[in-house]
Amino acid sequence: MSIQNNRLTEKELETNFSDVHPPFDHAEPAVIEANRCIFCYDAPCTKLCPTSIDVPLFIKQIASGNIKGSARTILSSNIMGGGCSKVCPVEKLCEGACVYNLLEDTPISIAKLQRFSTEEAIKNKWKLFERKPSNGKKVAIVGAGPAGLACAHALSLEGVDVTIFEKEEKGGGLMTYGVAAYKVTPDFCQEELDYITSIGGIQIQYKKELGKDVQLSNLQKNYDAVFLGIGVGIARELDIPGEELEGVVDAISFIYKLRTSPYSKVAVGDKVAVIGMGMTAIDAATQSKRLGAKEVTMIYRRTETEKPCTDVELDLAKLDGCAFIWLASPKEIIGENGKAKQLVCSKMKLGEPDASGRRAPVDTGETLTLEVDMVIKAAGQIPFQELVTKSSLANNNGKITIDKKGSTNLPGVFAGGDSVNGGKEVVDAVQAGKEGAAGILSYLKL
Amino acid sequence: MANLQSNFLGIKSPNPFWLASAPPTDKKINVLRAFEAGWGGVVWKTLGSQVKNVSSRYSSLDYNGQKMMGFNNIELISDRPLAINLKEIYEVVREFPDRAMIVSLMADNDRESWHEMVKKAQDTGAHGLELNFGCPHGMVERGMGASVGQDPEIAKMVVEWVMEVATIPVITKLTPNVHSVVPAGRAVIQAGTNALSLINTIQSVTGIDLDSLVPNPNVGGKSVFGGYCGPAVKPIALKMLTTLAQDEIASKVPISGIGGVGTWRDAVEFMLLGASNVQVCTAAMHYGFRIVRDMCDGMSNWMDEKGYKSIDEFVGLSVQNVTRWEELDINFHITAKIDQDKCIHCGLCYIACEDTSHQSIDIERGNPYNKYTIKEEECVGCNLCKIICPVNDCITMEEHRKGPEYLNWIEFQKRGLPLNDH
Repeated sequence: MSIQNNRLTEKELETNFSDVHPPFDHAEPAVIEANRCIFCYDAPCTKLCPTSIDVPLFIKQIASGNIKGSARTILSSNIMGGGCSKVCPVEKLCEGACVYNLLEDTPISIAKLQRFSTEEAIKNKWKLFERKPSNGKKVAIVGAGPAGLACAHALSLEGVDVTIFEKEEKGGGLMTYGVAAYKVTPDFCQEELDYITSIGGIQIQYKKELGKDVQLSNLQKNYDAVFLGIGVGIARELDIPGEELEGVVDAISFIYKLRTSPYSKVAVGDKVAVIGMGMTAIDAATQSKRLGAKEVTMIYRRTETEKPCTDVELDLAKLDGCAFIWLASPKEIIGENGKAKQLVCSKMKLGEPDASGRRAPVDTGETLTLEVDMVIKAAGQIPFQELVTKSSLANNNGKITIDKKGSTNLPGVFAGGDSVNGGKEVVDAVQAGKEGAAGILSYLKL
Repeated sequence: MANLQSNFLGIKSPNPFWLASAPPTDKKINVLRAFEAGWGGVVWKTLGSQVKNVSSRYSSLDYNGQKMMGFNNIELISDRPLAINLKEIYEVVREFPDRAMIVSLMADNDRESWHEMVKKAQDTGAHGLELNFGCPHGMVERGMGASVGQDPEIAKMVVEWVMEVATIPVITKLTPNVHSVVPAGRAVIQAGTNALSLINTIQSVTGIDLDSLVPNPNVGGKSVFGGYCGPAVKPIALKMLTTLAQDEIASKVPISGIGGVGTWRDAVEFMLLGASNVQVCTAAMHYGFRIVRDMCDGMSNWMDEKGYKSIDEFVGLSVQNVTRWEELDINFHITAKIDQDKCIHCGLCYIACEDTSHQSIDIERGNPYNKYTIKEEECVGCNLCKIICPVNDCITMEEHRKGPEYLNWIEFQKRGLPLNDH
């Protein structure tokens, strides 16, 4: 038992990490699918899209052969509509609301259709938006993730000159660094970012981290307004003995490694335990399996009913051959020679509903022990509390507090996305970026 | 099991489904395949003067991803040598003696030419003749086809020539490219035709290629008006058929119904409105001859369900149900009802009614599903919502009469009753 890389051949890796939801390979099947759409009024799919994409319209536009118009419809509501078509949990958003579900029929493949139009736009570099002439206003954005990019695009459209400060070497945020590789490739993230910034007026400075390379007070001084889209970063600790052992990693770092190195260079254990049942946990589990881990066991303290991931995501893990232990909470990691060897979990049962409305897990006093050589912690991420507090930003356990216009307690400083909501979907961050831009435009009286 | 046997002017066929005079009936090889598939009869593609066809020949009107809602052609009458056609007809008649063989004719516009054509066709042993007075393209420019059918006097003259030598039943096929088919229908009956058939194709432009800007079908950069047919023309054909079926003179002869028949349902509709049998082309060109199987089976099952033992028992039964507007019952009133258990909340009924009708549907916004209910007092009973609703029987129309007795417009005026009450 050991943690090692290069478990599979290049060819196996290529197969394992190819597109999990393959696109339409040409227009004909897209048009056939588009024609299934009944063009609902006040459509449920649009209502469940956090960015309110006019789904029936863009689908109608595909059906009529107006692909350019379709891409504009999508991107004018969600400038990261391309990426979202690959990573959105559509089964609980647009596609989950599709009226075909009520007919016991397959919902319209909204994500696949959205991907078709947006990929055409990005591939062909369609100029769908024209920036107003520069009005001399300057806005600084911290973080080139979905919130920051959406905010930047919306501001630049109105003639604002935007500078984005990004701590990583690339933009895209969690899209680039935090999502399973079979959903979206780093290349696509780069193309999407290039496409977004191609309207001009957006400059990105990489390797600039807030609190280290740039200070909020300086940004406030040098710019007319600031938008913070700094996301969440630190993986939640399990706070159990043995967490420091070799082989215990957090899912975010694991996926970061996967997104920044060749697959053959990413090490994975023989027997992997993944703690958590959110989207990131599923990503960590499936990617481990696809890297060649022999056994992957997902551990969750509640039952399948309360799981935060969707059925579709869970099915991905099941199809990849992951095992599941429900009603188990990590208690201790036992090591040998400094390496993780066993994971001891408390057996739980469901008690009364907690604040989330779900029945809370209660320790039964019994335990179970699992042989492991790698433990991936995917129990959520926590906000940059120290950074936020140090910057005098009003916050709630590190989550930045904003008003209805997206403004923080500091004048001219706006925020949105994961750093405010504590971590939601990419599409939520895009909407937050749009709202932040609207707040800034109103603040700048533009 | 219902009996589908058809007897059209003494021409017998095992079912009332004939293939219309068109490309599918141009050659022995096609017709043999059709008979093997089970078609009751064919009208052989029109014989006449020598012609030369062009390429391309067809175009289609597609709708929301469905191919061939309407179909258009610029093909002429048979371009094969007359002698070959006659020889093949002769052979097929003998190979399938139980099937109907009708020969479509379109001669040059003089008595001798018609006499010669009729005689040659009769010599094959065919059971009937169909006079092509309807082809809307190519032949018209030469004084044939629709140019004959559009002028009742000329049509009458030609039929008289034909009847002088005809020894087998003669069906005259009418063109729909007129404001009414009744004058030509009456004229050819007076001239002695034994039956009518309708409709031939409707002149059309199906669409334009938005890159080349040339309408379809494109023949070396140009197009011409073609003949339109297929599902899209059925309602027009049914209307024209009804006008004949309701005409005192035209209804005296049997009618062969043509125009967008693709299923047994279509066929039953034509027959309910007075057609003794039907002719099919586009549907066969779309799916092949195998479609006849369900046409026979479906009609037979329907007849069993309704208790009809032979097809003659239901021919024409709906003719009396098409009346004049002023005879409709003004007191008849229906209103829509939405079954909330079946509603999928698509909102199509609401937006159609709100934007384009009588604002008779209430909306209660929800997330993500809205609730829609009918404002009964506003509903005029137009059927629009019911037609649009994608769920079967979700919207139904319920009867709420305005008064107990039958009241038509003439009586309504006589009584000086108030006009619009809303």
